[in-house]
Parts: sequence; structure tokens; C-alpha cells
Amino acid sequence: MSMETSTGRFGRYGGRYVPETLVPALLELEAAYAAARADPSFDEEVARVLKEFVGRETPLTPARRLTESWGGAHVWLKREDLAHTGAHKINNTIGQVLLARRMGKKRIIAETGAGQHGVATATACALFGFPCEVYMGALDVERQSLNVFRMRALGATVRPVESGSKTLKDAMNEAIRTWVAQVEDTHYVIGSAAGPHPYPTIVRDFQSVIGREVRAQSQAAFGRLPDAITACIGGGSNAIGICHPFIGDKDVRLVGVEAGGHGLNSGQHGASLTLGTEGVLHGTRSLVLQDAHGQIQEAHSISAGLDYPGVGPELAHLAKQGRLEVRTATDDEALRAFYEVARTEGILPALETSHAFARAAELARELGKGKHLVINCSGRGDKDVATIAAKGIPATGHEGKA
Amino acid sequence: MSGEIAAAFAKAKARGEGALVAYAMAGDPDLPRSVDVFAALVEGGADILELGVAFSDPIADGPVIQAASERALKAGATLQRVMDEVVPAVRKRCPNTPLVVMTYVNIVMALGEERYAKLARERGISGTILPDLPPEESTGLRSTFDAAGLELIPLCAPTTPPARAEAIAKDGRGFVYCVSVAGVTGMRAELPKDLSSRLELVRRASPVPVVAGFGISTAEQARVIGAHADGVVVGSALVRAAHSGGPAAARELCAEIKRGLKR
Ligand SMILES: Cc1ncc(COP(=O)(O)O)c(C=O)c1O
Repeated sequence: MSMETSTGRFGRYGGRYVPETLVPALLELEAAYAAARADPSFDEEVARVLKEFVGRETPLTPARRLTESWGGAHVWLKREDLAHTGAHKINNTIGQVLLARRMGKKRIIAETGAGQHGVATATACALFGFPCEVYMGALDVERQSLNVFRMRALGATVRPVESGSKTLKDAMNEAIRTWVAQVEDTHYVIGSAAGPHPYPTIVRDFQSVIGREVRAQSQAAFGRLPDAITACIGGGSNAIGICHPFIGDKDVRLVGVEAGGHGLNSGQHGASLTLGTEGVLHGTRSLVLQDAHGQIQEAHSISAGLDYPGVGPELAHLAKQGRLEVRTATDDEALRAFYEVARTEGILPALETSHAFARAAELARELGKGKHLVINCSGRGDKDVATIAAKGIPATGHEGKA
Repeated sequence: MSGEIAAAFAKAKARGEGALVAYAMAGDPDLPRSVDVFAALVEGGADILELGVAFSDPIADGPVIQAASERALKAGATLQRVMDEVVPAVRKRCPNTPLVVMTYVNIVMALGEERYAKLARERGISGTILPDLPPEESTGLRSTFDAAGLELIPLCAPTTPPARAEAIAKDGRGFVYCVSVAGVTGMRAELPKDLSSRLELVRRASPVPVVAGFGISTAEQARVIGAHADGVVVGSALVRAAHSGGPAAARELCAEIKRGLKR
């Protein structure tokens, strides 16, 4: 079931608010994407690369000790952390780079916050032989040196962005500006289900492989669809990817978790669905963190991937309709969840993912025994170890008891 | 329609000149001193003033105007304050020059589209340019502006195919703003070779004057383009001049470019 109300619109949200220079390229992308979707060989090629190179399908792992410790629903983990490069971001970059190749584009640009999308784009470009430039806020370049190294090792050029807050939103501004100047031969790989039409649709479709696999895997594992699905929300690509195939299944609760940062009253968070107001950012009309004058505010989260003042238009629409339930988790709650998952399941989740885990215990109890909860394990925490270690490692105590 | 813009182009034409649309950032370096800059632009020969209203995320702007936005935001230049403090002061000092606001769609949405259109007309604004609002997205806003008598000035790009450019031009308000280069605002050493034929195409279709902007910074560029358009827009070069040399430097650059526009 599609949520689109007209081309590129999800209810009031979506659209294409970009300089006229880019509109013909977006129309071209829309047409090329429609043609690719109509050509079975494109889907086959994407599926083949996802299988051979990315390692799909990713497992649906029973989290037995979390289930026991939380005392509610059966907990299952959709293991996007086991996809190549360590997060769901690769699903989209493989699809988009193959699309760019079909369109005859010569080079690829991308923006990145934490660096996960940058690494995934650099990886897809290395695989298919494209030159790749990644725009990254100068502050993030400092904070995420491991991913900067990975991108450079993969042959990509990392361009630090010095304007504005020197973080993800500024990297995206700079990527858009570069694209305006090089639109003839360059494809811009947007990393989340945001940006101007057709990006929210394209990214959602490429990420929906997560939800489609969950449908089949949950049937096989417990004989029916899950009772609830939860995922963290930055721009929203992992959330829409796992949720979209379930939108029509009214009995499946869809729960998104946003970055509560230092708390919703602190003014330092990334909760655009919870506290944002309608506005236009990066080419799309959605819910954004802004002041009364329309100036975009800086988001804050301990996880660079949730540190974004906007959110994809389809999620904004689903949230307003009430189909998507939205909750938040603070930095501290995410950190606690990180250790809880590490020590009960032997998985180091990404800090982004840790936000979903932080709200999952309550959700599991609300659902109760005999129900099934799937958590989208959007990525692994290797990239975050420096941030997490800097906070001091808690002693193993009762968390470690068998 | 307001007619002030059309009158300004007609006046320039009667004098045998292309029109100079001069851009500066309202609130740079602060609100009162930006009024001095606008007045200096008119003293230097600007026919229409374009008042930039800062946005935190100006995706259509290059480094010079981005930096000016950051300075203006630090100085507290909100759309409301520009309307209350800058526009009336500029009107008073330059009563015969049409004023056009250039900002981003989110800024207008935040104030409220109808409220903005009404306020703008009350304060003597003739038109508005929103570089992130392409024709597909502008229908609603344009009828709101039409009802208030505020001209929503459309943009045309080098990547716009001919049929689309004609459609944009036919439905133009105020003037049609032809973006000369595929890229963001900023000075360019060279302008594209096919610019003149694109300008002629838009001009044939448009019921309103046609100007070229983005990248223009010298009298020579103004002269070359002025032969194929009703005028030029100069932004980054003036913002840079005002930032480094104050109103006097901006006035001189205007006068020099104006010489290039004499026919
Ligand atoms: C592991 C992981 N999860 C989640 C996100 C958040 O992005 P989105 O909401 O688009 O899935 C990111 C972004 O960098 C990420 O790296």
C-alpha cells in the first residue's frame, strides 16, 4: 500500500522545494527510477548484489535473554548490523548507485553525518567504479575519524564543510549546492528517506527490503506477523524500511524512537516528529526543528546519525495520522541500553539503534507475554566505541549474571 | 499588480539603459547599517533593490551570501524585523525605487503566507523571489500573492528545457529571473556561451521584463548580457564590496556596472 497522495506527496508533506536548476534533474531521476522499476532485470540486479556482496538476507535473531529479562513479548532482532559496512545504509546506496549507472552518470556525491552513509556510498562507488565525493560537517569529520579513514581508504574524497553548525544539515546544504553546479553528470545519493521528491520514495523502496524480509522471516519463525515493530528515527530510512511493508497491517503496531538528547525540555534533542513544526528543509515539506522565525535549529544527539533537525515526509504523515507511534529516548537512556544489549545478547548496537532498544523494554511489557516484538537493529556500534568509552565503562555487576 | 517594477524597467529603457537590480543582505552588518548600504546602491544607480532576508540553510547561495546570512542572523535580522525596521527606512530614503524581497520559502511559511503578502504590500514591497520554490510548488503561494498585489518573481535556470522555460516566462510576474549559471550565487570569471540565446527565448515568451543574474560582477559582463536582457541582477559582488569597503564601495561598484548597461 502506498502512502503517496499525489506525486511526491504524503498528505501535506513532501514535494520538491529546490532551485529550478535541479528540477529537470529530479524529473529525470523520477522517470529513470520509474523505468528501472518497470524493468525486472533492475530488481534482479539489485537483489543479486544485495545477496552476493551485502550478505542479505540479514537474520531475524531471537533475543532470548532480553525476552526473559524484560518479562514481556518475545523479542526479535532484525540484524541490519550484519549487513556489509555495518548498517542498513548500504541497501540504499547499492540501489542508488546502480540507478546512477543506468542513467549514465559519471560521478557520485553524498552527504554524511556519522559517516555510515558516507562509508556505504564510498563502498558502492568502489564496487561499481565511480568517483565519489562525500560532504561532511567539519565537526563530524573530527568526531568520526574512523569513518573518515574508511571512506578515504575506499577511494572517496571527504570534503569537510565549514559553514553553519558544521554538522549533517550543513553537509546536506553543501551537497545540494555542489549538485546544482554539476547536475548534468552527477548523481546525488541522499542517505535518508528525506530530501526532495523522488528521494523519499526511492530510499524507502530500497530500504523496504528490511520489512519484506521480516514478513517472511516472522512467518517462518513464529507463524504470523509481529505484533509490533520498533526502529530509531533520524531521517527515518531504517524506520520506513522496516515499517513500510506493514503499513496496511493494522494489527502490527509501528513504533519509532527519536533522539531525546539531553531531554525534551532542554532544547537539545533531535525529536522532530515529537516537537517539530511544519516547514521546508532540504527540499521537502515536513516536520522540522525551527524557531518562530523559520530558522532551522541545531539538533543534538549523542548519536551523530540521529542528529538531524528534520525527518522524512512519509514518516511525518504516518505520525500525524497516528499510524506511527512516536517515542523518544535520551542520550543517557541510549547509553544504558547499549550496555544492556551488549551484556545480555552479545551485540554492540550502534548508538542510533540503542535508542530503539531504550524504549523496547516498555513496549515488550505493554505487549505482554505471547506477543512478538521486532527491533530493527539498524547498525553496529563499532563506529561509536570512542564516544561510548569516553563516558567511562560501567562495571559488570548483575547485568552479567547467567 | 503593483506596476512599480514595470515602471522602473520602462524608466531605465527610456534612458537607454538596461536596469540594474542590486542585491544586498538586510541586516548585514546590522539592521541600521544595511539601510545605508541599500541607499548607497540607489545612489550608485540601482533601479530596483533586492533585499535579502537571511535563512539558516541557504541552499541556493554561495560562500559570499552565506557568510552575509550568518552575519545578519547574528544581528537579529528576522523577516519581521526586516519588515518593521529595514524596509520603512529604505522606503524613506529611496522613495522611488521598487523593493523586492529575496528569501527562502520556509521563512515566508513561518510568518504565514497571507500575513506576509499583506505586510509586504503595506510596507511597500513590490515583489518576492523564493529560489527554492519552483513552479510546481508555487501555485498556491502565487494566488495568495496575486490577491495581495505582490509579484512572485519566477526563476528560470540554464538546465530548464525550452518548453518549460517558455511556460515559466508566459506566466511571469514582475520580471523573469534567468539564472545565468548552473550553480549557486557567486562571482564567475566566465558566463556560459549559450546564455544570450536562452535569454532571447525567455524574452520572446515573457509578458514582463527579463533579467539575468548569478555570477555577474563586472561592467563588461553587464554590457554583454545587457544586450540580450532587460537588465541584470548583481548580488555577491555588491555584498562583498559592502562588507569590505562599506556603502561607498557598494555605491561605486553599482555606478561602474551601470556604465556597462548604457546602450
Ligand atoms: C546505524 C544507524 N541507524 C540509524 C541511523 C539513522 O538514520 P535513518 O533514520 O535514516 O535510518 C543511522 C544514520 O547514520 C545509522 O548509521
